[in-house]
Amino acid sequence: MKEDQDWVDVGTIEDVPPRGARLIKAPQGPVALFRTADDVLFALDDRCPHRGGPLSQGIVHGHCVTCPLHNLVINLETGNTQQPEDGRVSSYKVEQRDGRILLNLRALPHEDIA
Amino acid sequence: MADDIINLPKRKKLVVIGNGMAPGRMLEALFKQTPSIYDVTIFNAEPRVNYDRILLSLVLSGEKSYADIVIHDDAWYAEHDITLYKGRKVTAIDRNAKRVMAEGGISAAYDTLVIAMGSSPVTLPVPGANLGGVLAYRDLDDVNNMLAAAEKGGRAVVIGGGLLGLEAAAGLQSRGMQVTIVHLGPTLMERQLDMAAGHLLRKSIEARGIAVRTEAQTQALLESNGHVRAVQLADGTELPADLVVMAVGIRPNAKLAEAAGLEVNRGIVVNDRLSTTDPNIFALGECAEHRKTCYGLVAPLYEMAKVLAGNLTGKEDTYQGSVTATKLKVTGIDLFSAGDFTDSEEREEIVLRDGARSLYRRLVLEDGRVVGAVMYGDTSDSAWFFELIKNGTDIDDIRETLIFGPNYARGAPQDPTAAVAALPDEAEICGCNGVCKRSILESIAAHGIADVDGVRKHTKASASCGSCTGLVEQLLKLELGETFNPAAVAPMCGCTALGHDDVRRLILARELKTIPDVMQALEWTTSCGCAKCRPALNYYLLAAWPGEYTDDPQSRFINERAHANIQKNGTYSVVPRMWGGITNAKELHAIADVVEKFNIPTVKVTGGQRIDLLGVKKEDLPAVWADLSAVGLVSGHAYGKALRTVKTCVGTDWCRFGTQDSTGLGIRIERFMWGSWTPAKVKMAVSGCPRNCAEATCKDVGIVCIDSGYEIHFAGAAGMDIKGTEVLGHAKSEQETLEIVVALVQLYREQGHYLERMYKWARRVGVDTIRNLVLEDENRRADLFERFVYSQKFSQHDPWSERAKGAEAHEFRPIADVSNLQAAE
Repeated sequence: MKEDQDWVDVGTIEDVPPRGARLIKAPQGPVALFRTADDVLFALDDRCPHRGGPLSQGIVHGHCVTCPLHNLVINLETGNTQQPEDGRVSSYKVEQRDGRILLNLRALPHEDIA
Repeated sequence: MADDIINLPKRKKLVVIGNGMAPGRMLEALFKQTPSIYDVTIFNAEPRVNYDRILLSLVLSGEKSYADIVIHDDAWYAEHDITLYKGRKVTAIDRNAKRVMAEGGISAAYDTLVIAMGSSPVTLPVPGANLGGVLAYRDLDDVNNMLAAAEKGGRAVVIGGGLLGLEAAAGLQSRGMQVTIVHLGPTLMERQLDMAAGHLLRKSIEARGIAVRTEAQTQALLESNGHVRAVQLADGTELPADLVVMAVGIRPNAKLAEAAGLEVNRGIVVNDRLSTTDPNIFALGECAEHRKTCYGLVAPLYEMAKVLAGNLTGKEDTYQGSVTATKLKVTGIDLFSAGDFTDSEEREEIVLRDGARSLYRRLVLEDGRVVGAVMYGDTSDSAWFFELIKNGTDIDDIRETLIFGPNYARGAPQDPTAAVAALPDEAEICGCNGVCKRSILESIAAHGIADVDGVRKHTKASASCGSCTGLVEQLLKLELGETFNPAAVAPMCGCTALGHDDVRRLILARELKTIPDVMQALEWTTSCGCAKCRPALNYYLLAAWPGEYTDDPQSRFINERAHANIQKNGTYSVVPRMWGGITNAKELHAIADVVEKFNIPTVKVTGGQRIDLLGVKKEDLPAVWADLSAVGLVSGHAYGKALRTVKTCVGTDWCRFGTQDSTGLGIRIERFMWGSWTPAKVKMAVSGCPRNCAEATCKDVGIVCIDSGYEIHFAGAAGMDIKGTEVLGHAKSEQETLEIVVALVQLYREQGHYLERMYKWARRVGVDTIRNLVLEDENRRADLFERFVYSQKFSQHDPWSERAKGAEAHEFRPIADVSNLQAAE
């Protein structure tokens, strides 16, 4: 199936610090893999829509990350920025199967995001 | 020229005995009205100027210094041509000759005499009352003696559970002593509180770790080598004590007046014009007895001062007595009482009680009027109730909802400013300084005041005990609407209502040792904080519990987590430490090699005398550090809220003007202090002479060497704000300089708000307070020094070499590299 080819194994949840992130070098550029305090995983482009700051280097709080360059807050669930609300970061599906983290390299269309 | 002299009426001689808050206020009012009809002479038994006694409890707790509580400094006396005899006790009044005699053979003639000698603490007539270690709580000397005793730690017994006793107990406890209050009455503050409120108060006091014994009669103070060792109670109990504070009451100082033949009862008897039985002699303040009442609170004394000032300028003002209100301002305890609330046949009461929330309110009514009020837990409506009592307002119409306060009584919406809006213009907002609502509102409008500090400056409201700060804020809000931003209570961030100071205090008081503990105990509104509070909490915990707290890298800003400075393109900069700005060929070779090996695009010399390697890829950081570590280069912490650089000049090593070894001292300080985390970055410099080539006078801490030693500066800034340093003081040796600098930085580490630079901290806390703590109080300095040294044991590890050897490897490596897979369509 075409879709199966989009999923890649990127590691285990233990590799990502809680309230932290790791970087994935992906074909389209760097992707940030976040793990929140409640162990939910999110994957977003590692690029702040404001000035391109690496989001993987930010502080993770709740289901949000604060960009390290100019403190924009990005909602990990939607990829949207808070104040201003017009920025958006592309996100990717992440799943855990058999203790492994799988990342879908196909960026989610915006309207698919809860 | 002689023709120019206008014939002024001869000025009358006004002599004042006593230099406390009441005569100070009286003179202020007098000078305002008529600047020139009196020549004023003051005799003060204390060897100092007029200061605010209400704030002594804050000096005791360490929140203020003596300099902060001075009301009139020497310049004020000079400005008004006052002859002030400090430390001169008046020994006699000769009414026939109209002259007062003082110690040291000084005397002064008067036309008008004002006796304002205040009161003295009552000493219990028990054996041992004169032993060493037994103190009263009345003036600055008492506070200094208490502080000296508290330095040694140990146990303190406070005799007396009234206002002063409780403040003394809270102060001593905050100074680290184990405190017991011994109180004769059945409940605390029984003169101002009823049983129920007294009980709630006791619970709060005990919850702070202070033991309370009521119905306990002191029988004797027991001795060991001339010093008190225990308090013996009537039931035989012995309470061990290294310090005993007697706060059992005050007695008006009336002996001098009595000896002069004036009528004296408990105090010096005065009529409504505040005149004694001699029409040329007036009495004012705590020593006076008006209509059989002696007052011990500041508000009535200020009312008397106003009346007397009027009389002295020929007005026919009369004093009608005061209804007094009491507020205890010990952090976390909110209580208010006013008027008379003893039970009697004609009286009725309305009570509101919520035990779970420790809320209690009781109103005593007589003839359809409120005559007394006791409030505990929530005192926000106290001013409104106090007005009802003072004005004798008929409350029949609002009786049903009266207890709930003005919001309900007037059917107004539940707006927090409604209570204060409902107050009449004449309502007194600040009891300490007698400021009414109208004068505050007028000042706000006239001077464009935008914050509480402005109100304090222009009206003195909230400038003394501070218990009316909430009301003043509400007035500001009422007048300014949403533009008012109460900075005084600015919360740390959106996750909490608490300010930085409260959080720091509660971390210590409640022994909170992890970020989740803090968030749980202090009721954070978010699950795991935000990018503002997490780094702050991480720092506060690190500073509070060195060696115990485990640093949380995920709560650090990326620069401190990666130990390098993130740049606009996501690369990093690397700044190795160069002690005092000194380097050598070996280090420079290593730096040059690293630049070539890792293709580092930019090499720059910084303003802090270091070399900055810019544009290093994050993945390369550990390898770059490994090469730098090989020649002994360590992290320069150029990325941290930490000790950054100590800039130096070449001093006596090379310079023909150098007075001391500024380079050596700079290196010594840097080696001693590197690795320490601070609320915000700390930059230092040492200049070898006043030409100041190291630019020490715009640094957080700067040292300027002079022939006689070292001038220590601090609180400078040369960033968004530009500010020259303040001089902290002078040291004779390098060792002394190091100790002072370390103590200063440790105090800042313990008091600074996260991201608050040293100059802002100094502005908030006060330069004099800081100087007192680190320079003048040698014991305090030694303690601060010791705490810094202890915390350094856990912080002086080079983070670079640790990471070069593999620590925190995940931080620098991608979790996966799938970049050679086909890009998804």
